[in-house]
Amino acid sequence: MNRLTVSLSPHIHSGGSISRCMWNVVIAMMPALAVAIWTFGLPAIQVTIVCVATCLATEWLITRFMLRQPSTLSNGSALITGLLLAFNLPSILPWWMAAIGAIVAIGIGKMSFGGLGCNIWNPALVGRVFLLISFPAAMTTWPSDVPSGFDAISGASTQADASSGATLLTHLNAGDNSLSDYNLLDLAVGNMNGSLGEVGAIAILIGLAYLLITHTVTWHIPVSVLASAAFFSWVLGGNPLLDLFAGGLLLGAVFMATDYVTSPMTRSGQVLFGIMIGLITIIIRRFGAYPEGVSFAILLMNSFVPLINKYMRPSVFGEKERRAAA
Amino acid sequence: MTITISIIILGVIGITAAILLFMAAKKFQVFEDPKIGEIEELLPGANCGGCGFSGCHAFAVECAAAKTLDGINCTGVTGDVMKKIADIVGLAPCAVHRKVAIVRCSASCENRPPLNRYDGVSSCAIENALYQGESDCIYGCLGGGDCVSACPFGAISIREGEILPVVDYSKCTGCGKCVETCPRHLCELAPYNEGKPIVWVACANRDRGPIAMKECGVACIGCSKCRKVCKDGAPVIESFIAHIDQSKCTSCGECIKACPRHSIVSSTPVDNPSSATE
Amino acid sequence: MKTFRKGGIHPPEDKITAGCPIVEMPVPSELRIMLSQCIGVPPKPVVKVGDSVTRGQVVAESSAFVSAPIHSPVNGKVSKIEPTRTPQGIWQDSIVIIPHGEKPTDASFTPRHQDEIDSLSPEDIIRIVGEAGIVGLGGAAFPTRVKLTIPKGKKADTVIINGAECEPCLTCDDALMRSDADGIVTGTLLIMRATGAEKGIIAIEANKPEAIKAMKKAVSRFGNLQVETLKKKYPQGGEKQLIYAVTGKTVPAGSLPIETGCIVDNVATAFAVFNAVCNGIPLMERIVTVTGPDLSSPGNYLVRNGTRISDILDFAGGMPENTGKVVAGGPMMGKAVSCIEASSSKGLSGIVVIPDSKSMRRQASPCIRCARCVAACPMGLEPYLLMRQGEMSLWEDMKRHGATNCLECGSCTYICPASRPLLDYIKLGKQEIRKANS
Repeated sequence: MNRLTVSLSPHIHSGGSISRCMWNVVIAMMPALAVAIWTFGLPAIQVTIVCVATCLATEWLITRFMLRQPSTLSNGSALITGLLLAFNLPSILPWWMAAIGAIVAIGIGKMSFGGLGCNIWNPALVGRVFLLISFPAAMTTWPSDVPSGFDAISGASTQADASSGATLLTHLNAGDNSLSDYNLLDLAVGNMNGSLGEVGAIAILIGLAYLLITHTVTWHIPVSVLASAAFFSWVLGGNPLLDLFAGGLLLGAVFMATDYVTSPMTRSGQVLFGIMIGLITIIIRRFGAYPEGVSFAILLMNSFVPLINKYMRPSVFGEKERRAAA
Repeated sequence: MTITISIIILGVIGITAAILLFMAAKKFQVFEDPKIGEIEELLPGANCGGCGFSGCHAFAVECAAAKTLDGINCTGVTGDVMKKIADIVGLAPCAVHRKVAIVRCSASCENRPPLNRYDGVSSCAIENALYQGESDCIYGCLGGGDCVSACPFGAISIREGEILPVVDYSKCTGCGKCVETCPRHLCELAPYNEGKPIVWVACANRDRGPIAMKECGVACIGCSKCRKVCKDGAPVIESFIAHIDQSKCTSCGECIKACPRHSIVSSTPVDNPSSATE
Repeated sequence: MKTFRKGGIHPPEDKITAGCPIVEMPVPSELRIMLSQCIGVPPKPVVKVGDSVTRGQVVAESSAFVSAPIHSPVNGKVSKIEPTRTPQGIWQDSIVIIPHGEKPTDASFTPRHQDEIDSLSPEDIIRIVGEAGIVGLGGAAFPTRVKLTIPKGKKADTVIINGAECEPCLTCDDALMRSDADGIVTGTLLIMRATGAEKGIIAIEANKPEAIKAMKKAVSRFGNLQVETLKKKYPQGGEKQLIYAVTGKTVPAGSLPIETGCIVDNVATAFAVFNAVCNGIPLMERIVTVTGPDLSSPGNYLVRNGTRISDILDFAGGMPENTGKVVAGGPMMGKAVSCIEASSSKGLSGIVVIPDSKSMRRQASPCIRCARCVAACPMGLEPYLLMRQGEMSLWEDMKRHGATNCLECGSCTYICPASRPLLDYIKLGKQEIRKANS
């Protein structure tokens, strides 16, 4: 007979694992990826492949040759970083820029802190902001003529004239509050301009629904980000719906602010984190030099997470009553 | 013109700051015996606490202030260093009795085969709190390596594939961290003299003979044979376990030969190959 | 439906013995009765080797306040008084009794007359409970006499009878409620009389409809008793969680439940009180759920105190070939057994046999700060942080972060996707804090 195993309680486990959480996120990103490919065609596939492949390769090389540890690729976190970075880039970005972004995202944003679980900032956003600051022109150049549907996938539409496409947010930042160029339906289904992952609002919401159903994330962060952004947009006299659907707010709220590693530990902390992201996003959109502020807002609030964790602690059951009695 | 003004303003600020700093340094100056710094330079800086003070700095302060160095000794350095410290403070050095750690268990996996499989954190403290341990002996070494990680000098190691820790006497300073750490109280300090092997009972099993025998192949059963052969009266038997009084032991090795259970060991092999470890 | 608010998890129930009736296990060839079966001072043997004992006779006793006497469950002879191993392999003094005769469990206990029961004062009831050696049968084994003695200046108003049985796999309380509802109700009324409480609430989780039906029927005659159906959530059976779920009151951190005027007792304890007061039978056997996916005949067995775990497993069809782990108690809070020859005690509520394939923990990986442990902790602690402090031996910090409030329910370790041993370090920290305090 075998030797009996002895260990401390509990003797059963939920069966959940890090890779399961990560793969759930990957699955949730698929609808948005599909919309991106539908909208932008082959270049979208190219950017995605470059980002994902570079992220995986960077992580593998670092774990293999610098840390000399077993490979961590199977937990899927590098794949998510690659996909998220791709979602944050314009489809016509030169491939080598995307690769540099991916190397920065994994190399500096994640592995330099010690790998999964140790980073302070969302790796994909570190990569994106690095690119945005290094190559501002390329990072804000969108295809001027957005091909749509089957045209895009078959690549029938040319990408030659891709110099001066403006996103909705450029208009908003310029004080143009009208919906003249776009209507909400277009925004919702992805018939608009922007980065890969920004364009399909409904697809992102489907992803959110999947994340919520599988208990991968809780509602606290996405809902508080969106609600606060809508609220402050309304306070500042904007069109809340426009602010919600335009740009990367939905993408950020659903996939990037909810990143486990870089978000607070308590429910109340998560709500505060979300509210501040919404507020900072709207402030940057209205008053900042950049038309879009979601990445900066999330990175800024990522830096505050340790502080939030220190001060927004869960209340110990019965502690209030103990104080009252004493 | 602008340049001149900038230079003047910055210059004035600089001079003011320098004056303030000078005044502050004068006002808040704390006199520290320069000997303290000198002594601290000589110390290993491991803050092990083996000297009985709360760290190397506290030890240095104590040395500098002491009227006599009796009983003040850093276990982490050789006698020469203590002499240097004594020269600094102008006192006679404390008579040094170097001590090293010994482990009161010598049972390998063959001596006490594991009966169950511990699954959890590799920590003796947790394992000891949970249950008996992997083997039948509830007194023996758990092999979790708490002493290894507690040792500030890297003197304790567990060899690959073995469970028992081995003390490297060239590194051990006798600070006693492992003594505090071992949840089964198996580590002990014994006086160390060059050329004289330490002889000790490497067992802590307090069960009666028949039970102890069943539990472990090298368990001490308190049979008193060592006491009978010892000319110096060093072994003491208490609650079915022998213990060698190191102050009386002359390291003759008679008890090692006499022990029917091979539970007495020595730090350097005495001619009894079956029982000698390390 | 009510439940507690903070934290909690939903582990799979796996109550495969839910429909099993209570089966009396035959008396084994030898009983090893451990002296230390409850929290507090272990009693001293009052019999000598060679003495004949009868069923119900006191074999060990102590004059200490926090202690409970031990009774022989059989007619037999004391063959040895020697140390034996506990299920965790630690040596402990035990009385070994060899049962004899055709019917080793034949005994004549004199039931009390109804008038006599009615005239008992609260002190009398507490004394009888103490003499009967009753301890909390939910698992903690705290002497019931001590629990029923209300400290000066406090007042009990509600007795909550814990039939939540939130542990997966275990069904012993369920089986008892289905078969002996009237006894439990009488026991509850006696506890209420002993403590001066006006209200009695029997709290049962919604996954035991049969038990709820039986208990509802049994309490219908009494206006001051009610059955509360609770929403299923682990760890509902924790005293503080149960009080919150039933009454909405919060026990102050570091205090006993009596601060809220509540007394919580297990259903089996209530039944034991009924048996002791009405029938004059002391506590010397209990219902043990023996279960496991590969066990050939799992069930709820009436086991004499001192029966070897190996004998119990043999009666349940023998230990399966693929056994990897045997747990004494439920899979969430029970202790793994290292010594299968050890004997049962009053606090043993179940034996769970876990197959080899499920017995090992998964390799732990770094924390990804997913915050599930914080969300799952019913006490509002931060297990991820406590573990990190434990790894660095920062016991003072652990104390400041409330580690002593941990009820060791295991929700954090259960839910952790990185399979980190959170509770291991919290338990270690609690132990170190206790050591530092003493």
